[in-house]
Amino acid sequence: MILLANVIDSFVGAFDFIFHQREALTHGGVQVGGLDYIWPFARTQLEVTAVGLGGALAIALPIGLVLGHIGKGEYFAVGFGNAGRAVPEIAVVFLLAAIIGIGLGNVAIALGILGLPPILTNTFVAIRQVDRTAVQAGEAMGMRPWQVLLRVELPLAAPTIMAGVRTAAINIYATATIATFVGLSTLGDFIASESVYGRDGVVAGAILIAFFAMLIEAGLAGLQWLVTPRGVKLQRAARSA
Amino acid sequence: MSTLAVNTLAAADAANKCAPGLPAGFCHEHAETGCVAGNGLFCFGWAADNFDRYVDPFFRQLEIAVISVAIGFVIALGLALLSHRRRFLVPPLIGLTGVLYTIPSVAFFFLLLPITGFGFWTAVIPLSAYTLQIIYRNAVVGFANVPADARDAGRGMGMSEGELLLKVELPLATPEIIAGLRIAIVSTVAVATLAFLAGAGGLGQLLSEQNNFKTNIIMIGVLTIVMALILDLIVLLCQRLLTPWLRVRAAQ
Repeated sequence: MILLANVIDSFVGAFDFIFHQREALTHGGVQVGGLDYIWPFARTQLEVTAVGLGGALAIALPIGLVLGHIGKGEYFAVGFGNAGRAVPEIAVVFLLAAIIGIGLGNVAIALGILGLPPILTNTFVAIRQVDRTAVQAGEAMGMRPWQVLLRVELPLAAPTIMAGVRTAAINIYATATIATFVGLSTLGDFIASESVYGRDGVVAGAILIAFFAMLIEAGLAGLQWLVTPRGVKLQRAARSA
Repeated sequence: MSTLAVNTLAAADAANKCAPGLPAGFCHEHAETGCVAGNGLFCFGWAADNFDRYVDPFFRQLEIAVISVAIGFVIALGLALLSHRRRFLVPPLIGLTGVLYTIPSVAFFFLLLPITGFGFWTAVIPLSAYTLQIIYRNAVVGFANVPADARDAGRGMGMSEGELLLKVELPLATPEIIAGLRIAIVSTVAVATLAFLAGAGGLGQLLSEQNNFKTNIIMIGVLTIVMALILDLIVLLCQRLLTPWLRVRAAQ
């Protein structure tokens, strides 16, 4: 029971840190904690995530779409995704920080690289999985190749592509937490600086990181639902009924 | 520490031959070559001389990853068997394992901190939680793809539901299950690099000790990838042993 009480105390303390200011353990009386104090850290993390994800999308999406459309480079597109899973994110962040230096832009580059494999692989696989008869129907209607890609293949592939984007987003966001070790003030700061924020700050950081992760995931799941063509949804409903 | 070692370290320090910020332990033998002092992209001499410092953390990370995946595999397979005849359990279980998967590892470690403290299990619990999603999803797909004819044949031979599961459905779902296991083990090895944050050690520990020495960072990255590839290969070999009929079919 003492253990349980300690655990509850920790989480109560953490929520107190999130919502109320208190004195830092070091830095002589500086006020830390509270939503106004925390928000800039969250914003940095969300910004660097958005920039990294945007960059990864800008590169991986067109490549995946074109390779999928012409049906070439399967070995590259799928192998790249599998290899990407084995790479420890923290090593990529540190290596790029050691080579090109620290800062929001540079960290965003490292995060963008980590987002490439899932987006590229999912986009390629999604386009290849589109029913060939639908593609032929488009061609028979006199569509040009890029029209087939954008009006037939892309809408039908959208749900699977979005699944890749979700994986990439969660990877990038999670790694942005670690970016605190290369000098970017993200929510990871609270976890890395127990000497300043105390144990309450550490647990509060963990709660906040998990909270925003779920917010991103929920948002992208909603987006995935929105980009799924109505016909595909009806088809699915019919199949599961 | 022996007197000799202390002298060597002191000498290296005194000569200031290390890259800036390099801990004293990192500066022996090859410190005098330009590569380490200049923090070159990869110093082969240094890596060869200091390979021994990576051995113990390598096996520690291997231990963390393998135990995490083993626990995750048992739980996920158990859940898949549980929901096999109770289909209504599938969507909530997919949702629950998905939520666990969404929590970033760093946050997961420190959420457990008040409960399990720093150490091995604080790293293993989140890592095994991450494997649930992928292994469970694949197992469900694997069971769903078992041909109805195969089930009927089993029933026709007088098998009970339990026998049907163990002798027909489980073997036929094995390729899908193993595919999930392979993805899980590769990604778990990579994420286990962060286990040091939970106080469990592993290669990430060496990263935290020296995080701008490029040779060190690359060594850790490469060793992690090698570990993932070796484990992936072992699982692949297991699959070949467990599903001999697939090879027969391929040969025909």
